[in-house]
Amino acid sequence: MNFFKRTIPMIIAFVMGLLMAFQYYVPHESSQNLLKVVTRWGMIISGFAMFIGAYSLFHMHWNRIRQKVSGWGYSIFVFIGAGITIIFGLLNGGEFFWNDKQAGTMFDWIFDNVQVPAGATIFSILAFFMASAAYRTFRARNKEATILLIAAIIVMLGRVPIGTMISQYIPVVADWIMSVPNLAAKRAILIGVSIGVIATSIKIIFGIERAYLGGGD
Amino acid sequence: MIKLFITFVFSILILSCTSTAFAMGGGKSEFQAFDTPNDSGKSITLRWPSSPGESDHVEYVVYASTTKNGPFETEALRIKSNDMYEEGSDSSYHLAVVETDKLFNKEASDNGSSIEYFFKLVKVSNLDSTSIGVIASATPKGNWFNSSRLNNFIILIIFSILTLCCIKHAKKVPGLFIRKIKGLDAIDDALGRATEMGKPALFVHGLNDMDSISTIAAINILGRIALRVAEYDTPLKVSNIYPIVLSVSQEVVKESYLEAGRPDAYVEDNVFLAASEQFPYVVALSGIMTREKPAANFFVGYFYAESLILSETGAATGAIQIAATDAFTQLPFFITTCDYTLMGEELYAASAYLSREPLLLGSLRAQDIIKGVLIGVIIFGAILATCGVDFISSIFRPG
Amino acid sequence: MEKLLKIDRRIIFIFVALAVTIPLLFRFKMSVPPTRHVISMYDKIDSLSKDSHVLISFDYDPSSKEELQPMARALLHHCFKKDIKVIGMTLYPAGTGLADKAITEIGDEYGKRSGIDYVFLGFKAGSSLVILNMGEDIYTAFQKDFYGKKTAGMKALKGVSSLRDIDYAVNLTAGGIYEAWIVYGREKYNFDLGVGCTAVMGPEMYPFIQAKQLMGFLGGLKGAAEYETLVGHKDRAAAGMAPQSVVHVLVVCFILFGNFIYFTTGRKK
Repeated sequence: MNFFKRTIPMIIAFVMGLLMAFQYYVPHESSQNLLKVVTRWGMIISGFAMFIGAYSLFHMHWNRIRQKVSGWGYSIFVFIGAGITIIFGLLNGGEFFWNDKQAGTMFDWIFDNVQVPAGATIFSILAFFMASAAYRTFRARNKEATILLIAAIIVMLGRVPIGTMISQYIPVVADWIMSVPNLAAKRAILIGVSIGVIATSIKIIFGIERAYLGGGD
Repeated sequence: MIKLFITFVFSILILSCTSTAFAMGGGKSEFQAFDTPNDSGKSITLRWPSSPGESDHVEYVVYASTTKNGPFETEALRIKSNDMYEEGSDSSYHLAVVETDKLFNKEASDNGSSIEYFFKLVKVSNLDSTSIGVIASATPKGNWFNSSRLNNFIILIIFSILTLCCIKHAKKVPGLFIRKIKGLDAIDDALGRATEMGKPALFVHGLNDMDSISTIAAINILGRIALRVAEYDTPLKVSNIYPIVLSVSQEVVKESYLEAGRPDAYVEDNVFLAASEQFPYVVALSGIMTREKPAANFFVGYFYAESLILSETGAATGAIQIAATDAFTQLPFFITTCDYTLMGEELYAASAYLSREPLLLGSLRAQDIIKGVLIGVIIFGAILATCGVDFISSIFRPG
Repeated sequence: MEKLLKIDRRIIFIFVALAVTIPLLFRFKMSVPPTRHVISMYDKIDSLSKDSHVLISFDYDPSSKEELQPMARALLHHCFKKDIKVIGMTLYPAGTGLADKAITEIGDEYGKRSGIDYVFLGFKAGSSLVILNMGEDIYTAFQKDFYGKKTAGMKALKGVSSLRDIDYAVNLTAGGIYEAWIVYGREKYNFDLGVGCTAVMGPEMYPFIQAKQLMGFLGGLKGAAEYETLVGHKDRAAAGMAPQSVVHVLVVCFILFGNFIYFTTGRKK
């Protein structure tokens, strides 16, 4: 059992990891063909994985309804929402799903009038939360925090047209803050992260890191 | 072993230099065709000297044939005469790449690598057309190594060897020093609190798929957390946005419960797909946080605009919150609203820190050494660049 | 006074709501001078000749629509105005509706036809794998377009066999897919790439701009408004500048007010 759960996945990770790492350096047609095949596999797996995702979602909500756990009523909406959308998607404006996608169907209407405004509403909550978080936590407690606060105010004003109306220098200073000190700090984090990424990849390829297979070591 | 490695790298270096020299060689005034270096064997590079009177109104047209005597009827290239100058030639040469697989019918292009292609250069103006060069020919060949990526390859090999050496060394000399990471030390406290309160712990995956290393790092941390959770007998809820991450997470958590000797405690529905889109995912998780009030929330992986909404909702429910992300734009939000935040590469060090396994800790030393070398190179390069020497930047030029 | 520091957050929410709705009700115009990264994207598309190919990847879903859809519309106006062939696609399943709407609406305005002047390839699962596959062969990655028409032989794709043949690609993104476009697309298959992203992601782009891995960048609604100004087609993004400005000023006021109270009361304790 351990052979199938540990050894085989590690052999696959080793072989594929090395192959794909070296593929980057080999421009030959056979290398390109290998990449083509592997990416196709990946796309097929991704496609099938969507069914696993859908199964997980429905299975979880079905069990919530069955066991009447707290808030089970919300799970009914998952089935109603998904059911209506799937039915109209398959109906395809009366032409059914085996024909080409029709324009202006009920499916499109649901998308435009339910999903789009609902999604945009949730995103807009961010502005409220940001304002609240900024008010409660953004304090000039010490020298560094004061510099941060001044920089934040300049960038906030420099990123909207009103900044130009106050002073034409505000957007210039805001751009400088973004392009120089901000970029320097971000690049340092990025380099650290990239080194971490390479080290993790090497550990996985050589089977040193196995936690992703589950069960500690 | 080291000798073999040096010979290997050295031979690649020589090969790449000779191929480039060969490619760029030849007469100074002639129309040349040669196999494009570092390609898959489906293109030929054409090079010819520029001439006086080049302008928008004068064009160069290249015709191709598979026989020396023609007919030259297939147009392979048409450019304005003042365009496509060779980089670094000070506009004295034109350089263009012709993709041979698009020139003739499918049968010819299927055997493309063995065919010799002949090209004829014609200069066309409004008044006349003049064949200005002799016919040039070349056969495209696929290359087995992209010499322009040699620098990248050498760095990869050095880094890999260094990492493996450090791991080997760590095996011999255990007890490597690793600085305290408060956020990771707090995991046990958070899980302990959840156990005491009889509430679940919530592990939230970031928004990247399995092809992102930050997601793999998150899975590694999940494995460690799941093991402890199984020992504590606390429910662990794991939310996912991608089905592949879901499958891997289910497997990891299940294995951890098995290893802890508690396979019966594993509940499949506790590792679930919350939604497949960004903000529906946020809504689903906010709902779970508000209704079930988990005692500990872990936000691990790469996050985007949803980070603040998630962590602010979690903070409102009074949960202990630990975030680990390499998404630097989201760090301020997590720092403001979470109790502990692992920044950048700490995410990748977490697995080693939690397990204290010498092999994993060894790789952290390699990371530190590489970082030190890079800092040195950056400082040295900045000084040289300030003095007008771009030696370092040419070494690190991407291919 | 100290109580103000622990004010109910819903009161702050009311202020934000008013700051958004009042400028929308009493509209006032604001000039939006274009910044250099937006100009560089505009210049790149403007320099392309007729029948060049611009690929737009609509990698966002309805939640980011308010920021990214105006960008898509402004870019499409520019491309269709210049008779450039547009190749649309998305790596987000919920991005298809928005992308299709934008392309067909703007295309109709300029009398452009699907399959001839533009093609919308639709959605394909696999994120970076799709990009890699398109880099090798666009027709195996997308054998049919969004409407089920075969892509092979399509006039809108004439002269394009892989990402290498794209004259310019723009990734409109609300997530991390832009990194895949840089690493697996631009770096591997050598094409010019621009990115349009949500404002919150904007700072992430600067390292790539300085490294010249990105040619042009539109950040948030302001980036879209600047592009609308350049194209000469002021639309939703330009209209959104007034409420956005007011909210930014409000947040600055909140921060200053919070600090004022903090210094006069909280800090002493």
